[in-house]
Amino acid sequence: MNSSYFINIIRFTLLVLVQVLIFNRLNFFGSINPMVYILFLYWYPIQKNRASFIGLGFLLGLSIDFFSDTLAIHTAATLTIAYVRPTIMRFVFGINYEFQSFKLRNTTKAQQFTFLALLIVVHHLVYFSLEIFSFANLLLITKKVLSVGLSSLILCMLFGSLFSVNKE
Amino acid sequence: MQQIINFIIRYKNFLLYIFLLTISLAFTIQSHSYHQSRFFNSSNWITGNIYGFSQSITNYFDLDTENEKLLLENQRLLDLLINEIPSNTVNIDTTDFRYTIVSGQVIRNSYANQRNYVTINKGQKDGIEQDMGVITDMGILGIIENTSNKFATVQSILNENSNINAKIKNTNHFGSLIWDTKTYNIVQLIDIPKLVPLTVGDTIVTGAMSSIFPENIPIGTIEKFDLDNSKSFYRIDVYLFNDMTNLKNVYIINSINRREILELESATTTNE
Repeated sequence: MNSSYFINIIRFTLLVLVQVLIFNRLNFFGSINPMVYILFLYWYPIQKNRASFIGLGFLLGLSIDFFSDTLAIHTAATLTIAYVRPTIMRFVFGINYEFQSFKLRNTTKAQQFTFLALLIVVHHLVYFSLEIFSFANLLLITKKVLSVGLSSLILCMLFGSLFSVNKE
Repeated sequence: MQQIINFIIRYKNFLLYIFLLTISLAFTIQSHSYHQSRFFNSSNWITGNIYGFSQSITNYFDLDTENEKLLLENQRLLDLLINEIPSNTVNIDTTDFRYTIVSGQVIRNSYANQRNYVTINKGQKDGIEQDMGVITDMGILGIIENTSNKFATVQSILNENSNINAKIKNTNHFGSLIWDTKTYNIVQLIDIPKLVPLTVGDTIVTGAMSSIFPENIPIGTIEKFDLDNSKSFYRIDVYLFNDMTNLKNVYIINSINRREILELESATTTNE
């Protein structure tokens, strides 16, 4: 229990720092900044206590917002995926994710991929809708969600396989 | 009563979500209007120091090019100084100066969002206040938005809320400089009347109507121009002199007469 707390705190700090110091400055092709901090919500263990998870999502988004001067856009997006994560998990992994013994690493690669992709799509959809804030620019929103989403997905997959916990 | 409590307990996660979402949406909507949040911005102590630390490391990577840039600027200024007629340099009175300049360095830059802010390593301690102008050796950069003790955030001209008075060089036709959020090296100059003769390549500089910037700070050149929807004003695409993706040394301009001008203007409007 204690070690899991510790790991999550370190993960939180490192992901925020990596996001704001490296990936927010990437500006790939001019404007693509992948968002890797979503991995925190992807990795976070399944718990009965959803309220604390939602709170954590809020905090994570808020700390990214402080650094990027985009106050509360990241927060709203991260909060939303923290809230809908159980629904997405039920959709991807079926009913058996609610069992105590469920571990992310015991699932198939395809399931992990779908889970991550759905998290990223929901997150980016909320993020860019709020950033652009006009339905007249629906095409621009779609374009951004697709381009940034794809780069986030690739980088999250890479990080996911780099820091996987299979060795235990 | 019992039912209300049951309802709250059953939907507590949903209610928590809605509550937190409302907070973040309130902040978002607020940020779409003119001002950035006063307390939560990257000029605060923690974020400022982290960015400052990271900048102190990455600083070393482009020292050569930065030095060259500074040398070129020095050369240009020296040129001006030498060719100036040496009238009465002894009697220069600093109380006649209308602007004072503070130099600073960019510790965080952004240009890929809709509302971009730049963080610099000078703050209240160095006399920086809200609404001072920020320029580089190439041209205009933005306006100070928030300050902390050691840091400040700058609302970049690449910000959809940015609105700066600008004119075509050597004329007195004023317009407003805005950004359509599309490309980071092109901004738009609007409200220039149709009868003004324009040529692609004309230089755009800051206008005298602004109490923030001195007149004739370079901005960019005309890339292309069209009439806007009303068919009586131009909408001009301005290609910036500044490379907004590569900012390091900046100058913050403090207009000494600004407070007096503002007081006078507000006194005039209340009298009307």
